[in-house]
Formats: sequence, C-alpha cells, structure tokens
Amino acid sequence: MSHHESHERVSVLQSVLSHALLIGAVIFALYPILWVVALAFSAGESPELGPVPVPDQFSMEHVEAVAMRRTDDGTWIFALQLGNSLLISIATALFAVAIATPAAYALSRFTFVGKKLTLGAMLATQMFPGVAAAIPLYLLMDALGLIDTRSGLVLVYATSAVPFAIFQLRSAFDAIPKDLEEAAMVDGATRFGAFRRVVLPTVRPSLAITFLFAFMTAWNEFILAATFLNREENYTLPVVLQRYVGEHAAQWGHFAAGAILVSVPVMALFYWLQRNLVGGLTAGGVKG
Amino acid sequence: MSARVAFLAACLAALAPAHVFAQETTPETVQLWHAYGDGSAEERALREVVRDFERANPNVRVELLANAFGAYASKLESAIPTGRGPDVFIDAHERLASYLERRIVVPLEGADVDGLEPSHVAALRSGDRLYGLPLSAKCAALYLNDALFDGDVPDLETVLEASYPNDVRPLVFEAENAYYVASFVHAFGGRLLDDEGHYAFVGPEAERAVSFIADAVKRGQVPEETSGELVMRLFGSGRAAAAISGPWLAPDLPSDLSWRVVPLPSLRAAGAPLRPYATIEAAFLAAESDAPDQARALARYLVSPEAAAKRARIGRQVVSTTAAWDDPELANDAFLATFRDASRDAVPMPTHPNMRVVFEPAMRALRRVLRGGAAVPDALEGGARVFDDLTRAMPAPRDPTFALVGLGLALLFVVFTWVRRLRDPNERLALRASIPAYKWLVHAFLAVGLLVVLPLVVGAGTSFFAGRGTDLHYVGLANYADILSARGGELLAPGSFWVVLLVTVLWTVLNLALHVGIGMALALVLHRPNLKLKGLYRVLLILPWAVPSYVTALAWKGLFHRQLGAINAILESLGADPVSWFAQWSTAFAANLATNVWLGFPFMMVVTLGALAGIPKDLYEAADVDGATRWQRFRHVTLPMLRPAIAPAVAMGAVWTFNMFNVVFLVSGGEPEGTTEILVSEAYRWAFTRGSQYGYGAAYAVLIFGILVVTTRLFGRKLTEAPA
Repeated sequence: MSHHESHERVSVLQSVLSHALLIGAVIFALYPILWVVALAFSAGESPELGPVPVPDQFSMEHVEAVAMRRTDDGTWIFALQLGNSLLISIATALFAVAIATPAAYALSRFTFVGKKLTLGAMLATQMFPGVAAAIPLYLLMDALGLIDTRSGLVLVYATSAVPFAIFQLRSAFDAIPKDLEEAAMVDGATRFGAFRRVVLPTVRPSLAITFLFAFMTAWNEFILAATFLNREENYTLPVVLQRYVGEHAAQWGHFAAGAILVSVPVMALFYWLQRNLVGGLTAGGVKG
Repeated sequence: MSARVAFLAACLAALAPAHVFAQETTPETVQLWHAYGDGSAEERALREVVRDFERANPNVRVELLANAFGAYASKLESAIPTGRGPDVFIDAHERLASYLERRIVVPLEGADVDGLEPSHVAALRSGDRLYGLPLSAKCAALYLNDALFDGDVPDLETVLEASYPNDVRPLVFEAENAYYVASFVHAFGGRLLDDEGHYAFVGPEAERAVSFIADAVKRGQVPEETSGELVMRLFGSGRAAAAISGPWLAPDLPSDLSWRVVPLPSLRAAGAPLRPYATIEAAFLAAESDAPDQARALARYLVSPEAAAKRARIGRQVVSTTAAWDDPELANDAFLATFRDASRDAVPMPTHPNMRVVFEPAMRALRRVLRGGAAVPDALEGGARVFDDLTRAMPAPRDPTFALVGLGLALLFVVFTWVRRLRDPNERLALRASIPAYKWLVHAFLAVGLLVVLPLVVGAGTSFFAGRGTDLHYVGLANYADILSARGGELLAPGSFWVVLLVTVLWTVLNLALHVGIGMALALVLHRPNLKLKGLYRVLLILPWAVPSYVTALAWKGLFHRQLGAINAILESLGADPVSWFAQWSTAFAANLATNVWLGFPFMMVVTLGALAGIPKDLYEAADVDGATRWQRFRHVTLPMLRPAIAPAVAMGAVWTFNMFNVVFLVSGGEPEGTTEILVSEAYRWAFTRGSQYGYGAAYAVLIFGILVVTTRLFGRKLTEAPA
C-alpha cells in the first residue's frame, strides 16, 4: 500500500465521520422543532404522533385560524399584532444600536475617569435577575405615562439590550487599528467624522449582529408585554401565543402554529445575516 | 389670596357644566378584563352580551380586553392601583381574599342579589360586604363513555370494578392535582384548608382518601402521572371508560365520541358522595375606576336573566342567575343541568389567601405517594412541613433609624471623597480631559441608568422589607438571615438555599462544559476545508437559536412526557422500559440539561467558527514544517488561539445559564419536590407564587447578584480585560 493511498483512505474515513457527526447534530437540533411543525400542521386538537413527527392528517386549519384571526368588526387583528411585533422589535434594535454604538466607541478609544466603573456597572446589569425589577419598572413606566404604549415597550426593551450591545460593539471597535481614524483625522476629519466615515463601515457585520440580538430580545419577550399592554390591538405576538395556553385547556395546535409564524421571521433574519453572524463575532467575540 | 381662591372657584364652576355636557355627548368608556381562552365559547358569549349592553346603553362604550391567563393576576395587581386597570374584571372567587389584601376590589353597596344562586353570592362575601356578582360555577363531574360503560353509577367503585377490554383503563383523572383529589378528601370528611387558613391535608381522613387513590393507581384502574392533556387523550380515544374533569373537557372531545356526564357519584369506601371544589366566576368592581356607576351597571347587566341565558346557551356556562334556567331549552340541556346539580353539592373553594399556597405542598405529597411509593402519613406530614415553611410568620418589623443613619453616613462619605478628589488639581485635569468621552456616553448613561439600574436598585431595596402585596414593613436583614439559615431548618435539607446553590452551580458547570464541547467540536468539523454542504449544515445547526425559548422549552417538556412523549416511545421501540423522567432528580435534571444544551450550543459553535476563521494560516504552516502531529497542532496552535475569543463568551454564557429561568420553570418546573429548582426560579416562586413575598424573592435576587459578582471577580478577569 503506497503512502498516498493510505492517506486517501484516512481522509475518506474522516469525511464520513464528519458527516456522521454533523448529521447526528442536525437530527438533535431539528427533532424538537419538527415536533412543533408536525403539531402545527396536524388536523384536530391533539393528534397522535409516533416517534417520527409527521402529521398523519395534514391540515392548515391551525395556521389559518391563527394567521387569519379577525375581530368581530372584521379587523384583521393578526396582521395588526404582527405589525406591532415588527415595529416594536425593529424600533428596539435601531434604538439599542444607536445608543450603544457611540458609548461602545468611547469605551474602546478614550480613557476617562470612571471607565472601569462604567464597564463594571454594565456587566452588573447582566447579572441581576430581572425578577426583582418587574414591579419598580411598572411603577416607573406608569409615572412616565408609558403604560399601554408601544413606545414604552421599545424604551424598556432597548435599554435592557444596551449593556450587552455595548460589550459586543466595544470588542468590535477594539479589533480595529487606531491608525485608521487617526489617519483620517490627520487629513482634517473631526473625531465624529472619522468615526462615521471610517470606523462604522468596518464594523458593519458586528452592527448587524447587535441589531439581530436586540431584535430578538424584543421579538420573543412575553411577560413585560403581557403586563404593560392593555389593548388587544397593541398586543405583540408572544402575548397572543400565550393566550392559547389557558387555565384548564390548551390549544396546542394553535400554539404550535403561532410558534412557527413567530419563528419564521427570525429564521429568515438568521439566514440573511448568517455570514455576518460568523464574521461579526469574529471581530472580537462577545467579550467585555 | 382670597381673590385667587375666588378665581379658582369660578374656574371650577365654569368647568362643571362643561363636564356634564361632555358626559352627554361622548360615551363613557368602561374597561372589562377577562382571561377566557382565545376563540373559546365563553369569550364569544361574553362579546355578544357586551354588545347587547352597549346597544341598551348608547352612552357607554365597553372595551373588552382578553388577557393571557398566565399573567392575569399579576397584571390586575399591578395595573389597578395605578388607575390603569379595568373598571370591571372577571375572575374566580377564591382570589377575592388576596385581592382584598391588595385593595384592588371595591364592595358593591346595596346591590340587588335576588335571583342569584345564594351559595354563589355567599362565596363572594367578606365580612358583611359583597364584592362581586356571581356569573357561573365550575366544578368537576364524571364523564362516561357510552360504548364502554352504560349502566347506572351508584358509586365510583362500580365504574372502577366493571370489566373492560384489555387496553381500556376504568377511570382517568389528574390524581396528582389537589384540586381533583379534594373531592375524595371531602368524601372522607376531610378538607385541604380549614377556616382559619391552616393546612388540613393531613390526618386520618386525608390518609384514607390518598390511600384509596394510590390503591386504584397500583391496581392499574387509574393511570399514573396524568396531565390534563392525557385525560383528554385517553378518554377522547376510548382508552378510558370514565374521566373526572370539568366542563372544559367537553369542547375538546372528538365529535364521533358518544359520552354522557353525571355528577360525581358516591364513594363506597367512604360511604359518602365525592364532593368536588366549586369555583364561582364573578364580575368584580375594580378600585380606582373612572366610571364606577357605569361599571356597576355593566356588572349588573352581566348577571341579568337575558345576559345569563346567552352565556349559558353560547358560552355553555352554568350560570348563577336562577331565572335564566326557566328557559326550557336550558332546563332540558342535560350537560348544563348535570353541572348545575354537581355544583350545588360542591364545596366552594376556600377564599383564604393561604389557599393559593396549598397546591404546591399538596401536590408534592401526592407525588411522593403516587410516584415514589412513600408511606401515606409520612408524605402528608412532609406536605404540612412544606406548607408551614411557605407560610411561616413574617419577620417582625424593625426600627429603620439605624439603617437610615448608616445610609446617610455612607452617602456623606461618598460626597466627601468626591469633594476631596475634585479639589485635587490632577483629578480636576483628568476630569476635564474626560469630558469629550462623556459626550459620547451620556445618552447611554441616562437610558440605562433610568430604565435598567434604577428599577434594579429599587428592587434590591425591597429585599429589606417583608409582607405580602402592598403591606410591607422594614425588617432589616431578616430576609437574608432567613434564607442563609434555611429558615431555621437543616442547612442541607432539600430546598434550602445552600442545596439550591449547589444544584445551580452543577447546572451551570455541566451546561457550559457541554455547550463548549459540542459547539467547539461542531465548529472544528465545519471548519474543515473540503467539507461539502457546509452552508446547509451551518444554517440547520443554528436553528435552535432562532426559535423562542419558551416554545422549545414546552416542546422538550412534551418530548419527556411519561405516556405521550416521543423519547419514551423511542425507548419502548428499542425494547427498553419507559422512564418517568420527572419522578427522580437525576432524570429530571438531565431533561433540563438536554433542553438547555440544545438551546445553547449554536451560540458557542458560531463563536468558535468566528474565532477559527481569525487564526492566521501561517501558524499551521509553521507547525507543519516543525512536523507537528494533528493533536499537537490542535493543542499548541488552535486551542491557544481560540481561548481569548471563547473565554468571554464562556463567562457571559455562565451568567446567562446561572439565571436561566425559562428552561427550569417550563421543563421540570422544579420536579421532583422542588429539587431541580435553581436560585433564580426559586426567587421567582417566592416573589410571585408563594403568597407574593416580594421582599423575600428580592433577597434571593440580591444574593444571586452577589454570587455572580464575586465569582466573576475571582475567575472572570478576562471578561473585562480580554485582549482584542
């Protein structure tokens, strides 16, 4: 057996093993999701499914019931609530990125009194369980007149996403050589001009990922939304989803269908930002 | 001065007619809140009735709000005191006492209760005042499958002992749920809670009731580990001849099933009838209402005979308005008539605030008997101890002077040091040099400070207070002392702070090891240069990240279900015995772990992929030149290069995992007996479900925070000082 042949055999074996490992992992990753999908597309309220999650009676009844929901006066309420979720999540992401970007830049480039304290405080917010803040937050939002408004939710979501966004963007800025904007400033640009025209474009992948994370914070949140919103036309989709799980009986088919509808936009975002996801975290990882 | 008063009075006088005028033209709005299931018959009926009310009262507009059941009580409790709540809300009578404690309901002065079921009205009284108008009653009854059992039901034993085909169980009901078990306890002359709010699910009556159920389960007459869903599945598919359930079971039953329902029969063993708990659903008037008169009118209309008849006909409710039953269509409705009869003999659920606390210890006791085979008296005694622990006396109020003086001194000290620093010219220079940086930071400071830090600080402050609801008093460090001393019990008893901490640390370490191990292995394989389908694999493997975690946590819980779960189905098809996943600590913990590993590995995989892409190729080339083996290349090139990128992600992951509430709460729910609870889910339970001891929960939260700060200080310097 020549050296070349044995080398080839090893690499074939390796490639088979790699695919086996990956396929195993994919099955692990997809299995619970396929259950939700099978439940959503089965007829009836509690279909009997075997170990392989395939609906034995395919039906769109749940998806239709959830997606086509109208109020008595004919308003297509699902579209309204989907719109709320999109609006709130996009506004949250934009707002969080807008607040976090300059702060992260300052924490990366400047030295100033209280820098360590600032970083420590930002980190501390991630460690304190939100349970304890729920009621004070409600009273605060009430004092600001922001209960039952979508902008109130955007404010709360965006600010709670800011600390993590700052960590992420700061490490992205750290990864960029300082000479870049210094050269621009030598050429007569202001600090802000250099930041805007030279630095920001190079961290675009990280900005995209920060946007995605902040978007998901708002998109998946349920408890605050259910507590703060007092009108059905203001509800976001997670609140609507929870209404299918009642005290005594749950409409699992509807819940699963709603879960799919809620997940699809995020999956699309992930797919779209896939390259950035790897690239954006490359620029320095999620470091503090 | 007096001129100003006169001016004000004139203004008010001028405003008054305008106010009256406004009332006549623009309709007054009344908010009505409920938590009926989406699209349910009850919701449809309520909508109809409300529309009728608006037609009859054109100057009143009713805004209906359907709430998610899971968030309903806490939403009422936070919204009403601020004046942002409803004017009228619909809820079950047994919450009245806790709503009174929080002062969010007001009495109905001089309300006319003629024509309403007197026992239902009685359930809504507190002292000599009436706090709600009864809408309907709900209680359990016995469903029978006509094809499997068509005889009379003199007693429950007749159903249990009849002969059935092999795969049919005689009876199915949620035997671990104290709500259903109460029917048996009542039959034997016992109860769950006495009038003074003491735990009563102990003693000979309770023991006989639980032994009866345990024997029925042991003989296979009643399936074990039954959830509400399993009741519906088994009865709906003809695999159970009878079921004990409430009116909510009927809409879910298949239309081709032939069934009937009878009030719960006698229990021969007890020589008395089974008596279920009755829940009276009522319309309550909220405090702080802007339109109390209209709210009262709406509540009255909801119980009027014509509205009640509609709620009965469309919503299938057993309405409390007696006149509605004169309608021959309703009088001859067998289903409604049965539940009406059943509710007459039922025991109204106690309204004592401790009732909300009874279910957790009672369920634990039942599980210990039915799953663990514990001796009945021991298990029930254990439940009583848990109850005592949950309702233990509040720490005595302390004088806050000392703390206030201390706080004042600390503030003074901070101000003093700052003033001293400001007088130092070097410091002043440094501060001046910092001003440009502050300009970039100020909005983030303000936003995070106001909306994130302030609520957290206030929340942390409540950990020095004790009490329920809004009745708080200062207790100093008593909450902390209680928690750290395991409330006077054994330090290493299950459920004590130290044991929960141990579980939480184990939980965090195992999760991180698996997240990093799996994520890194997959990333290394995906990074192989000639791998086919790389993009597809990558997309599929990050999918768990894209689905909301509360959805996937519920999906995983379903997979681990004893009878219906896919994992046991796979085990059985491989010839293994099904596993009762949530009956032992090890398997319940493993179920939580599997779920969280599933949720978390994609993040580590992506971080590692990114870091791998950043390793310069020439390092590998140099290693090849040196004749390094594959393992040496990994050990001496890849791993050291990955570390700086992965370490911060690991530290962040550790913080998230330590506080991973969703998975523990939704998958195992702390089962068995609260042993898989982690600190953050424990904090949540104290703050929101165990009699709302908010300060106690907040103290847990502060302790969690302290542990994380200290740990990251010790191990996690890399988090803030990682090189780029």
